[in-house]
Amino acid sequence: MKEIKFTIDGKECKGKNGQTIVEAAKDNGVYIPTLCHFEGLKPAGTCRICTVKVGGRNMAACTTPITEGMMVENNILELEDMRKAIIEMLFVEGNHMCPTCEKSGNCELQALAYRYGMMAPRFPYMWPIRQVDATIPKIYLDRNRCVQCLRCVRGITTKDGRHIFGLINRGGKTMIHVDDELAADITERQAAKAMEMCPVGAILKKEVGFVVPIGKRKFDTKPIGSEIQK
Amino acid sequence: MGKNLVTIVTASVAKYRKNKALLLDIIRDVQSELGCVSDEAIVQIAKSLGISRVDVEGVVTFYHFFSKNPVGKYSVYLNNSVTAQMNGRAAVAKAFSNAAGCAFGKTTGDGVIGLFDTSCIGMNDQEPAAIINGVVFTKLTADRAKTIVADMKAGRAVQDMVQEYGDGANQSALIKAMVSNNIQRRGPVLFAPFEAGSAIKAAVEKKPEDVIEEIKISNLRGRGGAGFPTGMKWDFCRKAEGKKHYVVCNADEGEPGTFKDRVILTEIPQMLFEGMAVGGYAVGAEEGILYLRAEYMYLKKYLEDVLEKMRKNKILGKNIAGKKGFNFDIRIQMGAGAYVCGEESALIESAEGKRGEPRNRPPFPVQSGYLGYPTTVNNVETFCAASRIMREGGKWFKAMGTAQSAGTKLLSVSGDCKKPGIYEIEFGTTVQTLLEMVEGRTAKAIQIGGPSGTCVGKNDFGKRICYDDLATGGSMIVIGPDRDVLEIVKNFMEFFVEESCGWCVPCRAGNQILLNKLEKIMEGHGAESDLADLESWCKIVKSMSRCGLGQTSPNPIATTLKNFRDVYEAKIRKGVDFVPQFNLASAVEESCKAAGRKPNLHGEH
Repeated sequence: MKEIKFTIDGKECKGKNGQTIVEAAKDNGVYIPTLCHFEGLKPAGTCRICTVKVGGRNMAACTTPITEGMMVENNILELEDMRKAIIEMLFVEGNHMCPTCEKSGNCELQALAYRYGMMAPRFPYMWPIRQVDATIPKIYLDRNRCVQCLRCVRGITTKDGRHIFGLINRGGKTMIHVDDELAADITERQAAKAMEMCPVGAILKKEVGFVVPIGKRKFDTKPIGSEIQK
Repeated sequence: MGKNLVTIVTASVAKYRKNKALLLDIIRDVQSELGCVSDEAIVQIAKSLGISRVDVEGVVTFYHFFSKNPVGKYSVYLNNSVTAQMNGRAAVAKAFSNAAGCAFGKTTGDGVIGLFDTSCIGMNDQEPAAIINGVVFTKLTADRAKTIVADMKAGRAVQDMVQEYGDGANQSALIKAMVSNNIQRRGPVLFAPFEAGSAIKAAVEKKPEDVIEEIKISNLRGRGGAGFPTGMKWDFCRKAEGKKHYVVCNADEGEPGTFKDRVILTEIPQMLFEGMAVGGYAVGAEEGILYLRAEYMYLKKYLEDVLEKMRKNKILGKNIAGKKGFNFDIRIQMGAGAYVCGEESALIESAEGKRGEPRNRPPFPVQSGYLGYPTTVNNVETFCAASRIMREGGKWFKAMGTAQSAGTKLLSVSGDCKKPGIYEIEFGTTVQTLLEMVEGRTAKAIQIGGPSGTCVGKNDFGKRICYDDLATGGSMIVIGPDRDVLEIVKNFMEFFVEESCGWCVPCRAGNQILLNKLEKIMEGHGAESDLADLESWCKIVKSMSRCGLGQTSPNPIATTLKNFRDVYEAKIRKGVDFVPQFNLASAVEESCKAAGRKPNLHGEH
């Protein structure tokens, strides 16, 4: 496979043809923050947190393939503040009560907020009224916490490729919804996978909770991204 | 009802050969038969097509003109664009509401009348206007609204309520609409005489590469507003590998205040269709799609007829214009009410029967477009210009306009001027010259390119209309001296909040945040810091959004903060660092009353 040379903030990097900036950056020990991105799934580009500058233009690093000689700017003050702003937007757009959430410590949104040193969002809270769907046999769907990353839409389908999760409505009313017939048939494995994929606590598996205690969770001791950053 | 529903859905799905890509058409048929697309209907459609229910529901709930709830035997969609408001929309809405006995957003108890707000329907030069069951009503008054409601209650056919027809082809048997063309100024590219068949005949005499070269020479750029060089787009598309290539015409003009494509579709559709055929010949496509916005449904039969005549005259079909082996035909794909579908990749998604969400790029539509095939998407006006260039040559075209903006531009002028309508002007014309032409000399501002464009004040009236100065897709809204600029900005921001597809965070949440902040200021709760916030937050939404919608939606605020800062300054409290979003005393009034005590606003014990 053809090797591609490119730079991130001046650092010389090598990547493979067809890789996105996020993937190639990871291989080179450079962390670009992501939220909707999930390895192995087709990139969606919904959160925009991975926005970098290429040739002076803003691009989502999770959807943009690397090209020979590309010069990526990642660690720029202005961009970092805008990434933080997006995290803050997500906090005010939904209802995120970390202390009572089963995902606390494993939550990527919370971890990003810590990494970016978010104290209080700059935007006023919207306190939306969002519906919880507890009718699905194996999982809870708590839309209060949903960031609409579409990982569940992309990652959890039937054997013949039909969507179990999908988006309905548009604009600020957009929300994740399920095909109730298909959702009723999801397996234990799919339910576990859906919960694991969900970056926040919007999809939780029923009848289990707090298996891993607080203090021993993914982001309890090290900030998100430290597994990549060299 | 149950069996009836199944029969109707099954018939509709069969009519479209179980083709998932035609889901919008299937849903439209079901909606028109049943008055809505209920959960039961969604289940049935999903079952018949073998797809997920949530995918069907996703489409039904994405488009404005589809509804899960009954929209009434008569569904009134009253335009709420800023120009409609300037022309007395409030009184018309009130008359509809009072006479029907139901609020907007609702349907009467007997299910006869439904009243709904709707984003700009392309009638800005004859507002207030509404669409009732697909039929357009223009220049509405409160009295007219009352008689329309009486007619609806009496069960009259909607078409029979139209009292007089507009000018030109609006009178033709297949349109019969009260819409007026209002062509105020005819220019050499679009409105000079055009002999049917002449463009495609001239094109097929050249090699396809030479057709592209001629377009490149002309320096024609996309007329939708973005201004991408057309020759280059066709070249990329031609060179992209694919078993098939597609030509798509973007007739989804949804930018509030634009209606130029409606007039082209009414008066010179053949020139447009020939332009598409020229494009097909150039890029190597045999199929063309006209994506027509739902608001222009009333033109569909007429356009189908034009296409049929072109087929008879061998300008469409097989071996067309006498060129052996060159086959090209066009089908019409109806939209269903979504501004974002004017974005080319969202338009393609919609044409494939999906939610109109823009795609990530790369790949670009010229590489992977409709059904994954290389596709060129061009504006209605662009195709017409291509037809003219085939006849007159690239050099002739390039000689008009400015160095970077060749040719003429069709403008849709509305608002506070005596002569609203369509103007074909040469690129490079100044705003001042235009204002004199349209008799809007008293204007204090003009909104150029619609809400996503720029609001310019008198200081900038010397600027020129062209890609490198004031770019526009055609919408020009004249704002008179007595208008409240902030009310206009609010209307535009409400529009973007309504029309954001919801895919990416900055656009979905950011526009609502901006609107909330603007309302805070308008309600008198603004401080200096709020203006600084607005400025910086506009930048965030513009910089981080995925597509052109979010990248331009803060413009109403950003450009008026720059050009009309005084109107914001007048609203805020000077010398105060912070003002809360709400009035604390009035917020606790009710609970204090219930508890029988006085509000304690200053923490006194």
